[in-house]
Amino acid sequence: MTGIPQPAAIEGERGYLLRYARLQLRNPAQAEDAVQETLLAAIEGAARFSGKSSLRTWLTGILKHKIIDQLRRSAREQPFAAADDDRAETEAIDALFAGDGHWREMPADWGSPDAALENSRFRAALELCLQRLPERTARVFMMREVMEMPTGEICQELQITATNCWVMLHRARLILRECLEQTWFDPPRR
Amino acid sequence: MMPSCKKASELMSQGQDRALGTLEGLQLKLHLLICQRCRRVTRHLGFLREAIRRYRDGN
Repeated sequence: MTGIPQPAAIEGERGYLLRYARLQLRNPAQAEDAVQETLLAAIEGAARFSGKSSLRTWLTGILKHKIIDQLRRSAREQPFAAADDDRAETEAIDALFAGDGHWREMPADWGSPDAALENSRFRAALELCLQRLPERTARVFMMREVMEMPTGEICQELQITATNCWVMLHRARLILRECLEQTWFDPPRR
Repeated sequence: MMPSCKKASELMSQGQDRALGTLEGLQLKLHLLICQRCRRVTRHLGFLREAIRRYRDGN
């Protein structure tokens, strides 16, 4: 049953690809475009599918390129410049720590992702927290966590230094952690 | 020198992006031994990575 994937099978992955693209691109129209281009390229190039990986993996590989194209397009229209977000983010991070650099609050016990992810309300909370990440930080974070790009490639793509990249990833993770803690895990206050 | 929690959190985060140096790894380990707050945050960062990937994959 291996061989050239049928258009219907390719089309069947649309939902998965769309969720993936939306996480990275945020703009629904851009995500839609990237997925549409991916499906078309896959149907046209179906003969190139080797069957060594799953259809989904193959399609995701194409989608990553289409997403990068979209990111480049929007970077041309709206350059990836240091934003006003920067100071707000630095302040948000500083506020998590006391003067001696230790956590102000006792972090909650989150348990395992399995338990949390079974709850659709948790998934909604996670989605909301991801959406709240400032644009520029989110872009770097999603490239790392959703597209699983090595930081070296991210730096090159966005023309930022490795240090800058690590700083942004650190901020993204702590902001996201704090958001989930506040909106979902609701820790006891000390 | 024992790093602050803020510094430790930077190392935890970078540990998800690159191999930490021997000294950095040691500093972080020592800090985690004595700091329950950072032990929890370390688990949270692992949780976040896994949760996002599973959310992305729809399971």
